[in-house]
Amino acid sequence: MAAEFVIEGLKATIEGKEILKGINLSMKGGEIHAIMGPNGTGKSTLASALMGHPKYEVTEGTATLEGEDLLEMAVDERARAGLFLAMQYPSEISGVTNSDFLRSAINARREEGNEISLIRFIRQMEAKMKELDMNPEFLHRYLNEGFSGGEKKRNEILQMMMLDPKIVVLDEIDSGLDIDALKIVAEGVNSMRSEERGFLVITHYQRLLNYIKPDFVHVMMQGRIVKSGGPELAQRLEAEGYEWIKEELGIEDETVGQEA
Amino acid sequence: MTTQTILPVDAKALSELSQSNGEPNWLQASRLSALELAAELGLPKLEKTKIDPWNVDNYGTYKSSQVLTDLSAVPASIAELVKDQEQGNLIIQRNSGAVYTHLSPELAAQGVIFTDLQTAAREHGELVQRYLHQAVKPEEHSIAALHAALWNGGVFLYVPKNVVIETPLQAVLLTDDAEAAFVPHILIVADTNSSVTYVDNYVSDKAEAGLHNGAVEVFVGAGAHVRYATVHQLGADTADITYRRAIVDNDGTIEWIVGEMNYGHTASDTKSILKGNGSSSDAKVIAVGSGSQKLNYTTQAQHFGKNTPSDMITRAVMREEANSIINGITKIEKGATRADGQQTEKVLMLSPKARGDANPILLIDEDDVTAGHAASVGQVNPEQVYYLMSRGISRRDAEALIIYGFLAPVVSQIPLEGLRTQLQSLVERKLGQ
Ligand SMILES: Nc1ncnc2c1ncn2[C@@H]1O[C@H](COP(=O)(O)OP(=O)(O)OP(=O)(O)O)[C@@H](O)[C@H]1O
Ligand SMILES: [Mg+2]
Repeated sequence: MAAEFVIEGLKATIEGKEILKGINLSMKGGEIHAIMGPNGTGKSTLASALMGHPKYEVTEGTATLEGEDLLEMAVDERARAGLFLAMQYPSEISGVTNSDFLRSAINARREEGNEISLIRFIRQMEAKMKELDMNPEFLHRYLNEGFSGGEKKRNEILQMMMLDPKIVVLDEIDSGLDIDALKIVAEGVNSMRSEERGFLVITHYQRLLNYIKPDFVHVMMQGRIVKSGGPELAQRLEAEGYEWIKEELGIEDETVGQEA
Repeated sequence: MTTQTILPVDAKALSELSQSNGEPNWLQASRLSALELAAELGLPKLEKTKIDPWNVDNYGTYKSSQVLTDLSAVPASIAELVKDQEQGNLIIQRNSGAVYTHLSPELAAQGVIFTDLQTAAREHGELVQRYLHQAVKPEEHSIAALHAALWNGGVFLYVPKNVVIETPLQAVLLTDDAEAAFVPHILIVADTNSSVTYVDNYVSDKAEAGLHNGAVEVFVGAGAHVRYATVHQLGADTADITYRRAIVDNDGTIEWIVGEMNYGHTASDTKSILKGNGSSSDAKVIAVGSGSQKLNYTTQAQHFGKNTPSDMITRAVMREEANSIINGITKIEKGATRADGQQTEKVLMLSPKARGDANPILLIDEDDVTAGHAASVGQVNPEQVYYLMSRGISRRDAEALIIYGFLAPVVSQIPLEGLRTQLQSLVERKLGQ
């Protein structure tokens, strides 16, 4: 069944300050949606609010995945329901190896007594790491500890590939990646494209969208989606910047603190 | 003295006991003079910890123990620890005395001595007398003095010059009779260029209050290497006061691995005295506190020799209302040029009522040295819990991963696989998993 993901009227605050001011977005399995927008306009906040980061409080709206209300669920339940967020700034966790972590994550999706065998897990992990051109030693490294910016991003994609989610949110997966790594990561994402899976790709650059071709492009300003279109919208933004949208919509300051 | 030490035994009874155990005269004299000292000395002064209310007078009396003819007859409380050890080099003390000793003929043929200390005092008197109470001295305080007066059972390990022992030697020290005195003394002497690993476990199985007053003395000869691993898993009713000390000669190495997994109040002090040039020390302490435990862990390195590196690491997890004071003391004496003293103390607190207090202390009387310390006290980071949960891991499992992860950098460095697994399961038990 194709994943159907619907966000309606989503508002969220952090420390009492409203950042998301009513997000509407709906996507289906097989689709790729890109979100672009200047710094500080609420893109990461949207991703975090969907995942359930404890600092963000959702004050209004809904988000459903295959009809199930995600916002009613705890963070781990959202993940097991099929949501995956590749974070802009992944945490470092000392003492927990990448492999122990990922094995726990996989087993969390399985019945007790039906855990993945170690050998099968290692084989799967090694195969995916090879696709991402990651050194196998990263299996035994502590989770993200001392990873370079680009290595962290690859590790996020590795997790996505291992966990087989239905809706994938990629928050600036391209930042910190060199040109070759960008291609490798994009290939990883493309290999996961299917009718059953939808992608929401947050990025600042057309460069990523050359590799991961979006079906829809949305622009965020002031905690809202202010414009939507096809891939040509991203190309125009790359060429002309955001000024023309601000003029068109009469926006002076695009950050979330301001009202249109 | 303001406080009068209540002596658990009088001189007459002590000398009669010594006599009836067939102890040499020097040992009887040593016990009696220590008892006299005990009457004059006060309790040790521990940083921010008062041990007066800890049953410190509750020694019980010496009771002779029934010897075990073979390992299948060991009490259930320690069966797991000695499983498959029929051929192993093993000493078991139960309450006041040794009940089992085994040393392989191969090691015996090389001149290795591994027996309980009371037997060693009779059979290798000269050797024992030369070292006994030279590292932990009865003059220090009433606990050390009473230990010297009352010690029983114990372990004596002597490794002759150039003898290298690959497989670890083991001791299990069990207290399961609340009326019996449990005062084991561990004495290890590693002669020039020898090498040995010794592992022991302290276990209790009783429901009444008691005290373990323990002392460990390790003498590391020139170029020798001693690895001393110890796990304390005494129950809530037993207060544990343990002094461990190593004196290290030129180019010798002492390695301490300490697992503090008691359920009762605990004060332990683990100290390396780097006497010789080029001598070195490495101490790793893993601790989990729970319930309303009061804990005071001290690690120390004292540098006299030149070119002496020392490293001390303590990682402690405190849950419920456990209260821990963790001290690291690096002391570099004048003349100990190019000494290098490093220490780290880290505490992870799992509840708002748990307390952790890390006190790193550097005392340096020499210019040409390097030294460093790091200390931290913190809680489980909610950002990390969120990250793990965002991959589908439950909160409970996420927190467990982070807690084990906190201990892992030290546990993973433990070179003995069996001990690693044992510590892992004790940690799990203490964390209520
Ligand atoms: N704790 C906080 N208190 C107040 N404001 C906050 C807090 N955390 C985030 N914000 C604000 O929320 C706004 C949106 O931040 P967000 O990270 O969602 O932006 P973004 O669109 O992802 O930006 P970028 O492109 O730079 O990643 C910013 O103005 C930011 O300063
Ligand atoms: Mg962002």
